Amino acid sequence: MARNVSLQKKAFNTAAAFAVALLIFFPILWIILTSFKTEAEAVADPPSFLFFQWTTENYGVVQERSDYFRFLWNSVVISLGSTIFGILVAIPAAWSMAFVPGKRTKDVLLWMLSTKMLPAVGVLFPIVLLARWLGVYDTYALMIVVLMLINLPIIIWMLYTYFREIPGEILEAARMDGASLWDEIRYVLTPMAVPGIASTMLLNIILAWNEAFWTLTLTTVDAAPLTAFIASYSSPEGLFYAKLSAASTMAIAPILIMGWFSQKQLVRGLTFGAVK
Amino acid sequence: MGRITLSKVSKSFGSVDVIPPLDLEIEDGEFVVFVGPSGCGKSTLLRLIAGLEDVSGGVISIDGADATRTPPARRGLAMVFQSYALYPHMTVRKNISFPLKMAGLDAAEQERRVAAAAEVLNLTDYLERRPGQLSGGQRQRVAIGRAIVREPSAFLFDEPLSNLDAALRVGMRLEISELHDRLKTTMIYVTHDQVEAMTMADKIVVLQAGRIEQVGSPLELYRTPRNRFVAGFIGSPRMNFIEGDEASRRGAATIGVRPEHIAASAEGGAWRGRVGVAEHLGSDTFFHVHVEGWKEPLTVRAGGEVSLNHGDAIWLTPDEASIHHFDKSGLRIA
Repeated sequence: MARNVSLQKKAFNTAAAFAVALLIFFPILWIILTSFKTEAEAVADPPSFLFFQWTTENYGVVQERSDYFRFLWNSVVISLGSTIFGILVAIPAAWSMAFVPGKRTKDVLLWMLSTKMLPAVGVLFPIVLLARWLGVYDTYALMIVVLMLINLPIIIWMLYTYFREIPGEILEAARMDGASLWDEIRYVLTPMAVPGIASTMLLNIILAWNEAFWTLTLTTVDAAPLTAFIASYSSPEGLFYAKLSAASTMAIAPILIMGWFSQKQLVRGLTFGAVK
Repeated sequence: MGRITLSKVSKSFGSVDVIPPLDLEIEDGEFVVFVGPSGCGKSTLLRLIAGLEDVSGGVISIDGADATRTPPARRGLAMVFQSYALYPHMTVRKNISFPLKMAGLDAAEQERRVAAAAEVLNLTDYLERRPGQLSGGQRQRVAIGRAIVREPSAFLFDEPLSNLDAALRVGMRLEISELHDRLKTTMIYVTHDQVEAMTMADKIVVLQAGRIEQVGSPLELYRTPRNRFVAGFIGSPRMNFIEGDEASRRGAATIGVRPEHIAASAEGGAWRGRVGVAEHLGSDTFFHVHVEGWKEPLTVRAGGEVSLNHGDAIWLTPDEASIHHFDKSGLRIA
């Protein structure tokens, strides 16, 4: 629909949008700015916004004191691992619910979503005990499985929504053309659902990357991701705002950059079912 | 080979019986059309044969072998869907070769067969395009190409022309008929359009509410419809039904006369009426005539040059030999 919007109105809307965006982004901007200050300037009152002694010293100290790249690698392994594992489980699950729904399919979907409403602390104790008994505490395997299970309902829901958009006749055509169930999923369903699968994966990587409760309680050293890295700087024994900010900036930078480059894909994926 | 036999085949969805038990024999090489109003179960019947739906009872056999529980992929049948159901992410070439790939044919053989099918269907120039870049008629051809490459024992068509515009539909109708003449493979074709049924079929199966009302060649159904439903469904414009004195005088509850079996005259005849709507098609003119005391107007076919207009008096004379007689329950009286 073509509308005549006056230049003034456009300018106003743009300015308003920038203002709102700045408001939302401000805490992160503040963290980034603080990370370039000295500890003294970080707690100065009144705070200086841009006119302070810029320094990258905090980053050096943080990297020196704790091995950033090890935490980064752990974050990558855990978030990618849980996402790939989750997708492999979710594709067949979503396929069956989208294309051969039973009487209870809706109930199962709602039940899965309801597990997200359970406070995580509610199952903390059994999971910690299980992890210890199985001897998997502080391992990649545990973190991948736990994060995969936590996000699985969301992955299945998202894929289910995408799959429902795919006409069943196309899959039936594949069956008539001699495709086995596996062929049908591999050659027809998955390639057609690539945009949906990609945005589901992106979202899941972000969720897994940002997950703090389980990563903090179930890891100590070996499998500790960037959340643990940040947490180690928020010690009660002293205030290290500048270093904490530097650590936070380093922790969020990779996911922020990934989100920036994939935002188009992400937004399109998230609104896929709604707009069509 | 493609002989398909249905015996006591039935289908229910929950407590709804869509298809009560029915028997049907489809001979090898036959062009069979399932026709009926929407919701009559014709598509369901086709899907049962395809294996896309499971039967609730009965046996489907293909070439003498029981195929009731065989998955669709292994029934050796090919299907053309109403929505074409092409794979949107594949080129035309990949679409057509997909069944060959699934059958495990080597690349050279796939290439040869795709080229041959594309040649027949005028798709050679479009092989590298995707379905989204094709017109409706071309997509339909790709769907047919995908069906013919694997040389199935029978083709199933589910209302394949209903998404095409009228002109294209006539063209594709001819192409499918020609394809059948050339391949001599069994074809089962579902449509709600009785013109398609009449023009294409060797054998028409008329369905209503899941029941087979009559099976026969187009002319058999036209000449000797077994009941009022078939009489009204086959033939265009539809047959006129007359009840009351005119019917009981001829020993029937209802009589049926096709528009083409009524002679119209301005001077005199058996029934007198007034012209309602006149449809001038050039070759023919159809008059909707209101006869005094009759509920429904009669449709009458006259020559293209007859010029009577709205409100004019008209005399009608039915061809007595072509009148169909039906009893109270709608069955034909011989």
